[in-house]
Amino acid sequence: MSNRILMFIAALLIVFPLLVVRNTEFAGADVLAEEMIQQIAPNYEPWFDVFFEPPGGEVETLLFSLQAAFGAGIIGYIIGLYKGRKRNG
Amino acid sequence: MKKPLFLLVSVCFTVYILFALSPSVYAMHIMEGFLPWQWALVWWLLFLPFFFVGLRTMTRLMKQKPEVKLLLALATAFTFVLSALKIPSVTGSSSHPTGTGLGSFLFGPFVMTVIGTAVLLFQALLLAHGGLTTLGANAFSMAVVGPFVAYGLFVLCKKCGISLRMSVFLAAMMADLVTYVMTSFQLALAFPDATSGVWGAFLKFASIFAVTQVPLAITEGLLTVVVWNFLHTYSKQELDVLAERGVSLK
Repeated sequence: MSNRILMFIAALLIVFPLLVVRNTEFAGADVLAEEMIQQIAPNYEPWFDVFFEPPGGEVETLLFSLQAAFGAGIIGYIIGLYKGRKRNG
Repeated sequence: MKKPLFLLVSVCFTVYILFALSPSVYAMHIMEGFLPWQWALVWWLLFLPFFFVGLRTMTRLMKQKPEVKLLLALATAFTFVLSALKIPSVTGSSSHPTGTGLGSFLFGPFVMTVIGTAVLLFQALLLAHGGLTTLGANAFSMAVVGPFVAYGLFVLCKKCGISLRMSVFLAAMMADLVTYVMTSFQLALAFPDATSGVWGAFLKFASIFAVTQVPLAITEGLLTVVVWNFLHTYSKQELDVLAERGVSLK
């Protein structure tokens, strides 16, 4: 299968839940797990807290998108480099 | 690459990154402080030997075959991208892929332990996702179990005569899925259910993590094949160099 088709299927898989599943905010699975822990062990207290937390969702979003952008940039650069190298023999 | 294909690639990456930008972003690893210290310690101790062997393997590889450095950067970047993307799933919640499969076939599972741990550490320190006390447990599932399953399955698929791309797909998909099965198991051991015990708790956690992960694992498998196709077309010589070390990548 060509990359085009593979990417298309991948995109479909991501869009499908958005169209089909309603009335949900697509919360993170870890938050649900946290609720499950509180249900199973109601007396459990987290014994350690994070050193640094991004101040608010927007900053967190920035850091996450930087992580993705940085990675995507490197992937593009390396594949481009390999491609150019092959073309130039 | 032809222009329409390039456009399509850009669109797909944009779609992915837009999901990473959604306001309710969460990590899928065990949160800081959410494992009792005894369990945190157990997983740290189990994880550390793999990490040290990984460091040694990686430095040796860099010394012997410096030409594969770029490929190592690519595998790292792939893990960084995929674990930054929260993707909606059919269960109505979100999770993110792991991206550990690709590096596992290329460099072997131990090297991927180091790379996966680097990503987890980054997310624990800067993004408050996962945590330092739970790093041992999270690294054990994502950077040890995932890569080892990927590598083992890849070798097995090839032995069974399954085509190369299909092997890549299956191994990357299972590495992703098994990471979250392991996470569920770790949580179940620490928080057994009062009536149904560890197994009952495992089913509960797995219903959150593993089920959500199924479509994401398939997506990860597909994207891994996409990158693999590029490598197979444009960087044959690096793959040849890596193949000398063991499993054939052709």
